[in-house]
Amino acid sequence: MFLDGFFNSKKRYSSVENGNVIDLKGLTRVYVTGKIKVEALKGIDLEVRDGDMVAITGPSGSGKSTLMNLIGCLDTPTSGSYLLRGESVAGLSREELAGIRNRRVGFIFQNFNLLPQISAYENVEMPLLFSGLPRQKRRERVYELFNRVGLSDRMDHKPTELSGGQMQRVATARALAMDPDIILADEPTGNLDTSSGSDIMDLFQELWEQGRTVLVITHDPALARRAPRQVEIRDGLITRDSRT
Amino acid sequence: MVNTIRQLIRDTRSQKLRTLLTLFGMIWGTTAVSLLLAFGDGLHSQLAKSNAGMGNNVVIGWPSRTSIPFEGLGKARRIQMDDDDIELLRNKAYGLGAISSEYMEGFKLQYGAKVLSVSVSGVEPDFGEIRNLIPAEGSRFINPVDQQKRRRVAFLGDELAGQVFGDVTPVGQIIKLQGSPFTIIGVLIKKTQNSSYTGQDNGRVFIPSSTFKMMTGQKFISDFVFTASDIEKTKGLIKDVLRIMAAQHRFDPTDDEAISFWDTSDSAKFFQTFMLAFKIFLGAIGCLTLVVGGIGISNIMNVVVEERTREIGIKMALGAKPRIILGKFLLETLALTIVGGSIGILITLGICTVFPVLNLTEYVGDPNISTGAATATAVMLGIIGFISGYFPARTAANLDPVVAMKM
Repeated sequence: MFLDGFFNSKKRYSSVENGNVIDLKGLTRVYVTGKIKVEALKGIDLEVRDGDMVAITGPSGSGKSTLMNLIGCLDTPTSGSYLLRGESVAGLSREELAGIRNRRVGFIFQNFNLLPQISAYENVEMPLLFSGLPRQKRRERVYELFNRVGLSDRMDHKPTELSGGQMQRVATARALAMDPDIILADEPTGNLDTSSGSDIMDLFQELWEQGRTVLVITHDPALARRAPRQVEIRDGLITRDSRT
Repeated sequence: MVNTIRQLIRDTRSQKLRTLLTLFGMIWGTTAVSLLLAFGDGLHSQLAKSNAGMGNNVVIGWPSRTSIPFEGLGKARRIQMDDDDIELLRNKAYGLGAISSEYMEGFKLQYGAKVLSVSVSGVEPDFGEIRNLIPAEGSRFINPVDQQKRRRVAFLGDELAGQVFGDVTPVGQIIKLQGSPFTIIGVLIKKTQNSSYTGQDNGRVFIPSSTFKMMTGQKFISDFVFTASDIEKTKGLIKDVLRIMAAQHRFDPTDDEAISFWDTSDSAKFFQTFMLAFKIFLGAIGCLTLVVGGIGISNIMNVVVEERTREIGIKMALGAKPRIILGKFLLETLALTIVGGSIGILITLGICTVFPVLNLTEYVGDPNISTGAATATAVMLGIIGFISGYFPARTAANLDPVVAMKM
C-alpha cells in the first residue's frame, strides 16, 4: 500500500524493544478532591506483549477506566512507572502526551465519541490531520481505512445518519488511522445490540489476528472470553490474570 | 491552515445567530470608534480652516496711545505710524516673515445704477499672503507693480462681488470708488473666517495702499499685519517690533499699550491643545465602546468553549495538542474581530462619503478617516480581539480530556 513506508518506519524503529508494548510497575493513581483522597489504583503491575489481546474486566468503580486513561496517556499516574514500547511516559508535557495519543494509541469508546457535525470521513481523517499528514496522503489513508471496516459507501454520512454498529466501525477506523501501537477499547459493545456487538467483536478478533495489540475493557463476559488473556481488577488491584 | 479556515467557517455557520450577534457587537464598536475619530478629525480641520481664515498666526498691530511717561513726554500721547515705520520694521525686526501696512476708510462704491457704502483697505502686495486672501480662479491679488504705479485696481471680497455683480464675471469690470474708476483684478475665494477685526474679508474692497494714500491724502496707517518666520518666534518678534518703534517714536519699550497687538497664534496654540484633548476624549469613549464589544466576544467565546467541551476533549484524546486548540480559538476570535472591524470601518467610510450631502460642513466639518485614526482603530481591534480570545482559548486548551469527554 501507499502508506506502508510512512507507517512502517515507526514500527521498525520501535520494535527494537523487548516485545512488551505496555509495561506497568507499581502504578497508582490517587484523586484528591478537597480533603478527600480516593485511591483509584493501588499498585498495578501489568505487562502486555506485542500482538496480545487482553480483556480487562471488573465491577464498576474497580479502577478499570482509570487504568485505561493511564494506559491511553489521557492521565498521568501518581506514582509507579509506565513504559510504552520501552519509553517512559512519566514527566511528559501535555503537548508531548497529545503527540503520543495521536501516534501510539487508538481509542474506541462506549459512546463512540464521534463528532456529530462532521462526516464520517472527516471524523476518521481527524487524527491524520493532527499528525500533519498532507492532504493527499490523508485521503488515501482514509479510503483504505473505510475499506478495511467495510463502510466505503458511508463515508460522506454524518454519524447521526449511521446505525450504532456502523458508528463503532467508523470509530474503529479512526482508532486505526495512525496505525497505533495499541488499540484501547472501553466497553466497545456497551451501546450496541447483540448482533452488531458481535460484529464489532469479530472485527477486533480480526485485528488481533493481524497482529495488533488490543486492550478491551468490558464487563461483558462473552466479549471477555473471546480474548485469550483476561485481567480482572477489583478495588484498584489486579486480582486475576489468566489465559484461556 | 486551509483546514483551520474551513473548520472555522463551518463552526461559525453552525452558530449563525451567535456569530451574528458577536459580529454586531464588533461592528458597532468599530463604527463608533472610527466615526468618533473621523468626526473629530473633520471638526478639527473645519475649525482650523475657519481659524486660518484671517491668516496663519497673524499678528495685528494698532498704533495707539502711550501709558507710561517717557523722557519728559507725558502719557496718553498718540503714536502714529506711517510707511517709513513699516519699512524700518521690514528691515530691522528680527524673525519677521512678512509685513504690510493697512489703511482703512469707508468709500462709496458705484457700479451701473448700484450704489453701496463699502469699507476699503489700502494694503501692500504681501497683505494677501499674510491674511490668506486667496484669489479665485482667473483673478489675482494686488502686485508690486500695482503698488508702484498706484494703479486703480481693486480686489473684492466674494460676498461683495456677488452683491455688486450678480451673475456677471467681476474680473475686468470697472467700478467707481469715491467717483474714481477702478478695474477689478480679483475676487476672494469662498473661505470661512471665524474672527476678524474690521469685518469679514468677504465684504471688503482691497486696493493698493499707494493708490489709497493718493486718493485720501491719509499719511498714517490704521494698523499693520505681520507674521513671524517661525511660529515659535512670534512672541520675540512682537517685543522687537515694540522696541524698534519705541526708539523711533520715543516711548518706553515696555509700554505695551503704545501699540496694541493681537497675536492670533495664541489662540492657535490653545486651539491645538483643545483639539488634542477633544480627540483623546473621543478616542477614549471609542476605546471603551470597543472594550465593551471585546467583553461581549470574550463572553460568547467562553460559551462556545463550554458548548464544545466534549468536542475539545475528543480532539485532545485523538492527539490534538493544547497549543493547536488554543490557536484555533484565538484564530476564531481574531477572525470575528477582523470581519466585524472591517464591516465597521466600511460603514464609517460610507457615512464619511454620504455626510457632505447633508450640508452640515460649515458647522461640524466633514468626517474624515485619517490613516492615523484607521491605524489606531486597527491596533485597538487587534489587541481587543487577542485579549478577548486568549482567555477562553486558554480555558479550552487547559481542559482535561478525560473530564471533557464526559460532558
